[in-house]
Amino acid sequence: MLRSVVSFYCDGFRRMTIGRILWLIILIKLFVIFILLRIFFFKPAMSGLSPQEKQNRVATTVLGVPNKNVKVNFKTK
Amino acid sequence: MLLSIDASLVDWSRAQFALTAIYHWLFVPLTLGLGMIIGILEIIYVLKGDEFWRRVVKFWMKLFGINFAVGVATGLILEFEFGTNWSNYSWIVGDIFGAPLAIEGIVAFFMEATFISIMFFGWDKVSRSFHLASTWLTVVGATISAWWILVANAWMQHPVGMEFNPETVRNEMVSFADVAFSPTAVVKFLHTVSSGWMTGAVFVVGVSCWFLLRKREIKFAKASLAVGTAFGLAACFFVMVSGDSSGINIAKQQPMKLASFEGLYDGSEHASLTIVGPIKIPNMLTFLATHKHTAFVPGINDLLNGGYKLPDGSKALSAEQKMARGRRAMASFVAFRQANKQGNMARAALAERNLQYDMPYFGYGRIQQRAELVPPVPLLFWSFRVMVGLGSLFVFLFLVLAYLQMKDKLKDYPAILYIGVWCIPLVYICSEAGWICAEVGRQPWAIQDLLPVNAAVSALQTSSVQLTFFIFLAVFTLLLIAEIRIMCRAVKKGPEIDVDAEIR
Repeated sequence: MLRSVVSFYCDGFRRMTIGRILWLIILIKLFVIFILLRIFFFKPAMSGLSPQEKQNRVATTVLGVPNKNVKVNFKTK
Repeated sequence: MLLSIDASLVDWSRAQFALTAIYHWLFVPLTLGLGMIIGILEIIYVLKGDEFWRRVVKFWMKLFGINFAVGVATGLILEFEFGTNWSNYSWIVGDIFGAPLAIEGIVAFFMEATFISIMFFGWDKVSRSFHLASTWLTVVGATISAWWILVANAWMQHPVGMEFNPETVRNEMVSFADVAFSPTAVVKFLHTVSSGWMTGAVFVVGVSCWFLLRKREIKFAKASLAVGTAFGLAACFFVMVSGDSSGINIAKQQPMKLASFEGLYDGSEHASLTIVGPIKIPNMLTFLATHKHTAFVPGINDLLNGGYKLPDGSKALSAEQKMARGRRAMASFVAFRQANKQGNMARAALAERNLQYDMPYFGYGRIQQRAELVPPVPLLFWSFRVMVGLGSLFVFLFLVLAYLQMKDKLKDYPAILYIGVWCIPLVYICSEAGWICAEVGRQPWAIQDLLPVNAAVSALQTSSVQLTFFIFLAVFTLLLIAEIRIMCRAVKKGPEIDVDAEIR
């Protein structure tokens, strides 16, 4: 069973023509996405922060500049 | 510490996301549509057992493979951008987005990836019926993939099935069914997927027309044209029905988006549908938006001024009233976090109650001027017209082609074949215009009413976002040129070459 599956894929890849160019494009693309972009450009903005720090960061950002003067006004409904 | 977000950072982050999404969306509709047509062609092959149909299937499968290979993984960049450029958004929606995207990755993508290998490598190695099943499972996998992505997108348009937890600052899912099967998700899925079917049909029809104009592969071209035309007509029907449902849904959930599509500033109970300029169809907008002859369709000014009667009988709030409630929600949020930190649970509970009351307007707390609530009207007005106008052109094309094929008069009207070829680029413009309508129409919101884009964006250096924008632009342009060249070369070779060797 395993041998026939391996042979299925080996034979399929061996007989590729236009597929070779397409696989080359896929591999270059995956290299660019996962190696170049991921490592050098796409560092998650909050990596290294603890969940508590992330909560505080997001809470602060969500409130934003316009809320500097927000007054806490309690009232019961 | 309060972080200041530069407006140019928001614009560049949006531009980068838009560029990536537009590029990704070049491949998805053709995968969905061409996959369906290949599935139908293969059914004909299996039923007839005629080698001719096998060659037809293999030719279109080769083009499907090229599109799939160049498009695959481009969506991953969007997911990276969520973490990098939209980290606040990602944190706030993580619990909602996580489930659909995980299901998409585990079930749909792996299903698609497994069966696509049998689809391409399995000719003569598995039975005809097993191969047919593999082709359809690949198409179904791609469609299920689209479903989960659109569920996530629909939630941004109409957030349901969640509760905001002020302690973790996250929206937490309380009903998976509400998220997965919200009316917005259902109509979005139907409209988007059927528009992909239309793209596939126009592509098949356009390439077939090209062969007919060149007087090459006549039998193949006529067979493909017949299937493409019939499928295109069916796709048009689904696009129109789902588009109608989408209009009703937008009128209820995102009236500002609808008003912007129409450039409607002052609403009316008998609102006209603008075709272009002064050409209008009386009462049509009211009918399309509500399926009633008399119902108030608010314009942009009405939505900002409020005061009109909502369908549930209540009075619409003005922009300022919503902004006041948004600021109150944010004040309650601050109060909750302060009280929680101090261990004052009674005060925290009271603040949370107040927060939940004002939560539907939470995002308005970040809006400073009412003008910010209006999306770019000219862009939406024209994108909507491009989408509908080109969609109508495709309906016309399919109808005329169907008539000419039935009467066997195609050769007498070469102009329609030229139109068919030119419709290939036009269908992509139509599809992208639809995407612009859906996404730009939601502005200024990342999540409708809850999170504006300026609060969703990560506090990065604008120059970093600009740099990655131009890197993407270069990479995407190169990949697109590669795809178009490989695709054109494959089309020019046609199905008469040694397809058995070439297809793999």
